[in-house]
This record gives sequence, structure tokens and C-alpha cells, in this order.
Amino acid sequence: MRESSPLLVVEDLKTYFFTRRGVTKAVDGVSFTLHAGETLALVGESGSGKSVTCLSLVRLVPEPAGRIVGGRVLLEGEDLLQKSSAEMRRVRGKKIAMVLQDPLTSLNPALTIGTQVGEVVRLHQGLRGAPLRERVLEALRRLRIPAAGTRLRHYSHQFSGGMRQRVSSAIALSCAPRLLIADEPTTALDVTIQAQYLELLKEVQASAGVAIILVTHDFGIVAAIADRVAVMYAGRIVEMGSTLQVFDNPSHPYTRALLRCLPDVGLKREQLVEIGGQPPDLARLPQGCPFAPRCPERQPICDETYPPSVPVAGGHAASCWAAPGAKARA
Amino acid sequence: MKLEAIGLKKYFPLTSGFSLRGARGWVKALDGVSVQVAEGETLGIVGESGSGKTTLAKLFLLLERPTAGSLLFDGKAVGDFGREDFVRYRRAVQAVFQDPYSSLNPRMRVGQIVAEPLPRDNGMSRPMVAQRVAEVLQLVGLPRESPALYPHEFSGGQRQRIAIARALVTYPKFIILDEPVSALDVSIRAQILNLLQETLGLAYMIISHDLAAARYLATRLAVMYAGKLVETGECDAVYAAPLHPYTEALLSAALPLHPSARRQRIVLAGEVPNPVNPPAGCRFHPRCPRVLPQCSSQEPEWREVKAERFTACHLY
Repeated sequence: MRESSPLLVVEDLKTYFFTRRGVTKAVDGVSFTLHAGETLALVGESGSGKSVTCLSLVRLVPEPAGRIVGGRVLLEGEDLLQKSSAEMRRVRGKKIAMVLQDPLTSLNPALTIGTQVGEVVRLHQGLRGAPLRERVLEALRRLRIPAAGTRLRHYSHQFSGGMRQRVSSAIALSCAPRLLIADEPTTALDVTIQAQYLELLKEVQASAGVAIILVTHDFGIVAAIADRVAVMYAGRIVEMGSTLQVFDNPSHPYTRALLRCLPDVGLKREQLVEIGGQPPDLARLPQGCPFAPRCPERQPICDETYPPSVPVAGGHAASCWAAPGAKARA
Repeated sequence: MKLEAIGLKKYFPLTSGFSLRGARGWVKALDGVSVQVAEGETLGIVGESGSGKTTLAKLFLLLERPTAGSLLFDGKAVGDFGREDFVRYRRAVQAVFQDPYSSLNPRMRVGQIVAEPLPRDNGMSRPMVAQRVAEVLQLVGLPRESPALYPHEFSGGQRQRIAIARALVTYPKFIILDEPVSALDVSIRAQILNLLQETLGLAYMIISHDLAAARYLATRLAVMYAGKLVETGECDAVYAAPLHPYTEALLSAALPLHPSARRQRIVLAGEVPNPVNPPAGCRFHPRCPRVLPQCSSQEPEWREVKAERFTACHLY
């Protein structure tokens, strides 16, 4: 599978926001690839650029303040950044679908969920009448919404949080997209409901072969379902590798610090190792590595130039001056 | 000193639209909960949304009146409190809320915010108040110039520190923490959790859906489901060997931090029951993987099944 050409190639993506305070570099040179059926987790704190990266992929960056200023986004070889807005509308919902954090705000409270699921199918597949209803029912059943036939006529407030997230996933998956972007899909859900939803997502992924970009700040979710992880900090990917590689051999000081500062349900820790300081102000990024002011392994060079990406093992790389071989690559 | 709840119930009326004529039904947010927190102890209260954790906190903070049951402070029932007792209670029991963006008044300076819980008539002069404010701000690790600033000049983690300083200013005995780190960034959570751990010696009641954070702070754990306690016990013992099937499912649904720890999770079917009309018998029986015939009719008794381990389940 890995030999086949990737589904999605993102190269040096840059999305800036032009505000009165100056230029905020929300995404500053992000590159990654994704194969069909694979799950990539984008992990980072708020403001690290994970959500803006996702919005850039579907070209929904809030304009005019935000603009994609550089890079390429190749979906099955076609550059999405070169498409007209009419062409993009045919990509969104059909080839790339999104599930957002809070289903209460992403669903329309004034329309029945049948209408909302139907809208996507009608627009992208031109179905009407009975076949449309059939497809909508199928989409709801696939996400195991009980009594789909009657639930069609209900409104979003009549659903529980977990069911609502299933409805918005049903909308997202109704047109068999190639790529599903899930932006913090379980943050609004309870723990046992989150477990239900993640199981279901994995099942649907296995049967539909859809690739998933999962945005999260929860390493527990990453450990549970991701194949690969990209850790973001201040608009860049600082470390990327397979889930096991990143957890077993975290090679960027930020990743290491993050993994050490979290309490774990599995074992009682005596003391959490804090990360001092604050995440940086994106409008006033330091010249060198943005993590340097908080980094325990800071060197003089860190304040001068941004470190290159250094391969650690096959498919595992980190951007850090302290990584072996970093200076030779500069 | 001890803070104790005995058979606490809180029902909220369900009224229909504009009619003021009585309730159509009752939302049984809390249905007979007995817990206690002693000095120096940290009680973790975990459960999903709708389990009644926040209602319990509100009752402890005297923000709601219980429908039935009583709250004892040092052996004295809150219902019998006089004016003096209330002042003493409010000074001894303080709170830190989830979202430091909405729990701090944006139009007050930090100095005023932190000084606000100090009773006006306790004979403290202005310099004494300023001195105490500076002390607690230093304790939570905020810069010296903070009192003159407004909340918007601080980051989320710093705001939560202000909220903690405000809770500490009256030399409280108990602090009730309602989801203290949920609204914070992951890299900031450890700072706040460690700060709370360091200022121990006080009794904490930490309400959380984050089982990992609860484990880090709590010495004793109480698990709630649909307005009732299902299990209490010493924290490590509960995590190591949960008794109630709900606790077991809840802990197994919590995601461990390492991918190799991917294990068979107990995935519960269904959802938390409707608090207006909870299931008969054990409230957990419709979702319980180990359900017995009597569970649907008989409500299990709350009892000590092992040393220091209480649960309400027919399995024991």
C-alpha cells in the first residue's frame, strides 16, 4: 500500500493572517503526505496551527484577513490551491469531508437531519426522491443511528451529543470521500461516548478505506487510533513519525516535554514535569526556533536559525538542533 | 475539620413553557449522595456529564439548596446556620471554576478580584489587604505587578492562577475545584496541577471528567452515575481494581498514554439515562455488561464490600 502514490501531498503550506498587529504566521511551511486508508494525527496546543492547516486544505481560511501565501496541496495529483472556487465546491463534501468539534454548532438547528444529510447527497450525486432517501438512510445506518427511518424527521436538539456527532459524521461520509478531516471530533463528548465514537470511526474507516486527518490535543486519542503523528508547534511540524516511533523515541524536546507533563490513567505519577513559559505569540515569533525560550536543551544556535528536519529513523523526523546530525545538514 | 454530605438530593422542577402551575416532573440531578472530605485529603469526583458532579459542587458552595438531605460542617448542619456560621463557612470553603475566562470579572483589577473574598468587616486595613493579596499572588507564581493589571492581560494558565489565588486568600480549609484544568492548554495543565499539588495540606474536592488528572491529584475517589454514587474508595485501589461495572467501563474507556497499551476496551452501549425518568432498580442496568436478573427491579444497597471500599452493586 505504501508503494502506491499518496492520496494527499502537502508541500510547504503557508497560511498567514494579515492583521493590524502584524502578520500572524498561523501555518508556516507545513509538509506531509497521506496514503489512502491511513490515519494521521495532527497534535498540538491551541494556536499551533493544526486547525488552520485543515482549513487551508479545503480552502476555507477566513478571508480577507487570512490568506494561503504559498505551498501546494495535491489531492490525487491535482493542486487544490490552483482550483477555482466553483471547482473547490465540488471537492468539499465529495472528496474531502470534515467533522468539526461541536456538532451542536455544526448542524443547522432549523432543518431536520434528513434534510441536512440529503443536501450533500443531492448536491454531489444529483439524487432525488426515493433513491435520495435510501442513500440518506444508508448513511445514517452506517454510523449506527438507531431507528434511522424516524430519526430522519428529527432536529439536532432531539439528539444526544454522541448521536449528533454520528449525524455529522454521517453527513461527512455520505458521499464516500477520499479524505476525512476530523477536527477535535470527541472533545465535546463524554469518555464512554468518546470510546464508542472512536471504535465506530475505525470500523467505518476500515470498510470505506477513507484516509483520516485527526486534529487533537489529546495524546490518548493519538495512541488509540493514529497510524502516524505530526506534532505541531507555532505553525510548523516539529516532529513526525509513526505513532510507535514518536511515543517510544520522542526526538523533539517539545514532544518529550508534552509526553512527560501529562497525567496518565494507567499509572500514578509522583510529579509532572512542567513546561515553563507560554506558547509563543504568532505575530512576534522569535527568529530561530520558536520553542527555544521554553526548551530545556537550548543552545546558542537555536535563537539564530530555525533547525532543519533531521531524519531519526525511516519515516521519523524531527526539527531540532539537538538532534544528532542536525548541524551537518544545515 | 470535616465537610460531610448526608443523603443529599437535588431535584429541579420541569415546568412547561409559560405555565407557572407546578412542575410537570423533576430532574433528579442528585438523588441521595453521601460523601465526606476531611482535612488534608483530596477527594476526586468523576463521572460523565449529567451524573450530578457539578450540582454536588453547587450544593457544597451553598449556591443551591438541597431538596433533601443535609450538609454538615464540623458536625453542624448548614440548615441550622446562623449569620456568623455562614461567614465562617464561606471563608473556609472556596472554589475554583473551570473557565478562567468567564470566572474573572473583566472590569476589575486583579488586586480587587483576589481581595474580594476577604470579609469587609474583619478589621483588616488596606495595607494589610494589599499585603495578603501580594502574598497569595506570589504563592501561585504571578509577577509582583499583577494586582494593578486586568484579567485580559494574562494568559489562560495565569488566569487560572489568579482564580486559585482568590480561593486561597481567606486561608480556606476546603477548596472545591470544578474541572480546574479542562479549559487550559496541555502544556499549561501540568503547571496548574503541580501548583495545586504543592499547596496541599488543604482539603480539595476535585470534580473532573478527566480521569488522569483526577488520579494525579486525588487520594480518594468517588464515581458518580446518573445522580448517584456508584463507588468510592482509596484512589489507587479503585484504579487498580474497580468494583462496580460502570467504574470498570469508565476506566477502560479512558485512553492510556501509550499506543502499546491499546487494549480491549469495554465499550458501553447506549447513553447516560434521562434524569427525569431514570431506570428502575440499578440506574446502570440497561448498559451494564454484567447485569443480573434482580438489577432491573431492585435498587442495590450502598455498602462496604471490602475494607474502605463502598459500592452499590448486586454483584457483591
